[in-house]
Amino acid sequence: MDPLLLLVQALNGVQLGVMLFLMAAGLTLVFGIMDMINLAHGSFYMVGAYLTATFSAALDSFLLGLLLAVPAAALVGLVVERVALATLYRRDHLDQVLATFGLILFFNELVRIVWGPTAIFLDPPEFLSGTVTLPGGVTYPAFRFAIILVGLAVALFLWWLIARTRVGMRIRAGATNRETLEALGVDVGRLFALVFALGAGLAGLAGAMAGPILAVQTGMGEQILILTFVVIVIGGIGSIRGALVGALAVGLVDTFARALLPGLFGLMMEPAAAAGLAGALGSVAIYVLMAAILVVRPRGLFPAHG
Amino acid sequence: MAEGTADRAAPSTPAGAPPDRRPARIAALAVLAVLVALPWIAEAAGAPFWIDIATRALIFALAAVSLDLILGYGGMVSFGHAAFVGVGAYAVGVAFTHDFEGSTLFGLPGSVNAWVVWPAAAVAGGLVAAAVGAICLRTRGVYFIMITLAFAQMIYFLVTALRRYGGDDGIALWGRSEIGFGLDLNDDRTFYFLCLALFAGFLWLARRMVRSRFGRILRGAKDNERRMRALGHPVYRYKLVAFAIAGAAAGLSGALLANATEYVGPAYLHWSRSGELIVMVVLGGMGTLIGPAIGAAALILMEEWLPEAMNALQPGLGEHWQIVLGPILILVVLYAPRGLWGLVAGRRAGGGGRPTPLAGLLGGEGPDGKARRDD
Repeated sequence: MDPLLLLVQALNGVQLGVMLFLMAAGLTLVFGIMDMINLAHGSFYMVGAYLTATFSAALDSFLLGLLLAVPAAALVGLVVERVALATLYRRDHLDQVLATFGLILFFNELVRIVWGPTAIFLDPPEFLSGTVTLPGGVTYPAFRFAIILVGLAVALFLWWLIARTRVGMRIRAGATNRETLEALGVDVGRLFALVFALGAGLAGLAGAMAGPILAVQTGMGEQILILTFVVIVIGGIGSIRGALVGALAVGLVDTFARALLPGLFGLMMEPAAAAGLAGALGSVAIYVLMAAILVVRPRGLFPAHG
Repeated sequence: MAEGTADRAAPSTPAGAPPDRRPARIAALAVLAVLVALPWIAEAAGAPFWIDIATRALIFALAAVSLDLILGYGGMVSFGHAAFVGVGAYAVGVAFTHDFEGSTLFGLPGSVNAWVVWPAAAVAGGLVAAAVGAICLRTRGVYFIMITLAFAQMIYFLVTALRRYGGDDGIALWGRSEIGFGLDLNDDRTFYFLCLALFAGFLWLARRMVRSRFGRILRGAKDNERRMRALGHPVYRYKLVAFAIAGAAAGLSGALLANATEYVGPAYLHWSRSGELIVMVVLGGMGTLIGPAIGAAALILMEEWLPEAMNALQPGLGEHWQIVLGPILILVVLYAPRGLWGLVAGRRAGGGGRPTPLAGLLGGEGPDGKARRDD
């Protein structure tokens, strides 16, 4: 394959990885600190996308819409946390799965009532609608390139927040040993509400940026949610570094498996059969990756718990 | 263990006077009588579609009880059980396709004979579950939930890629399996009774299993795996066998599902179906055998009645019935952690409830009600 095309595919993989990282960062902290499974994390992604659609239509500016939608998604997360989830932290994982499964049903239906069943398509802002030319003469869509930059900026911000601030120190302590942190007098409930809202806001940001790339529709949250789980499990629950590595790995493996396998199988068998088999294996590649990693390291690459 | 406490889920249940079991027996017999009489009741009420709903409830109850064997009794939260249901359904679909075409698969001819196809569906479900379980059971906790989900997704995508067998569209069957003895399964009433018999038979088998040495070791491992290992029990093997048995039962329910709808498709393996099975188990009462069956019936009845009730309030509202179902699930989790059966029976149904202080001290469960990390 043409090396320039490979570079474009690599950028596509990084772009998907960055989106997954935005989703995974919040979710892995929620998992790690409170040992809580939240299936409804994809709903914040969906809400972020829909709110961006509404706000940017009302304000006639995608950027302003996004800037409003992200804190709004964080607020939705905070309300959900206080109303429905805060009492579930000490409960069984199964109760959490069930309750947040109920939340998914609720949010999907709510969105269908408010915004209707048809998908919404967003336009990227004017100044990002073109392409950028990278060194080597490769052109790449400017909006996707911007997503990569935003994602890397968020990763840097999170590193600073977690590694360099007092709040971050407490988050790390919470992921390592919650009981000790509580015994030291830290209000873990408030800390967790903060982390949850932060995670919801990041999911909302991912959803907002996904709007111009994918269709904004109900159920969009679950598609990315399952990929996010794969990322978190690969990276190790509770680890931001693991989330970043896992997200990039999943993004790249998924993109390259889908892009390269059809050609590879085409060399060995007739085109129709190759397309079918490659399509299936392309979708399955990340799950194979995850199973392989868990066989070698049952707790992911960078487990936060000792 | 005394007869009166033997069917309790958690061995850590505080000892008390054995409950009077007579009301439970009478209630069970009454329910069975109603189920047997249901086709005639439905006809008398002028609502023959009740038979169809009840058939579906029985099929999902079979799958839900099988899930509860590993989930409620074994503490293995599998988020991929629908995959085994789907494998069973596809066994029926694939056998039908080859029978219809007169072609062979690996030298074997197709078949629509229930005595051949249904056991094959169960075996297929069991074998796939054994393979998946062998890898998944190396992990625990959230990792286990996620890796079972991942394997289910793999099987889902592989099935959608089976263009030979319909791909995304699935396989439309031209009729139900043939069972002989002059019985015609295409008659809804006959098929209903067969489902009822299979469900009752599996319930009896599951009850035997749970009360056996095998079941006690499984429950012991759920409470404290390290303790069971220290006692010399090969816990991994016990769990794997339980996982495979549950997969086989799920495969059988898949075969029934394919016959009930006369259709086989990837939708049966979708991850939300696995979620629904978990909902049935927890909604009804985890760690009991009758609870998941009640949960299955409750969920299917809600699917039928919620839209109707909402349409009665305002026409067109019923389309959005899931906006009511979601909060109902959350309320059940918050206020009835032992499920519907726990509400009715008013006794500890195991699992979701808070651990007794004694169990906490003994190290069975952490103070937050979650099993301690094992490694």
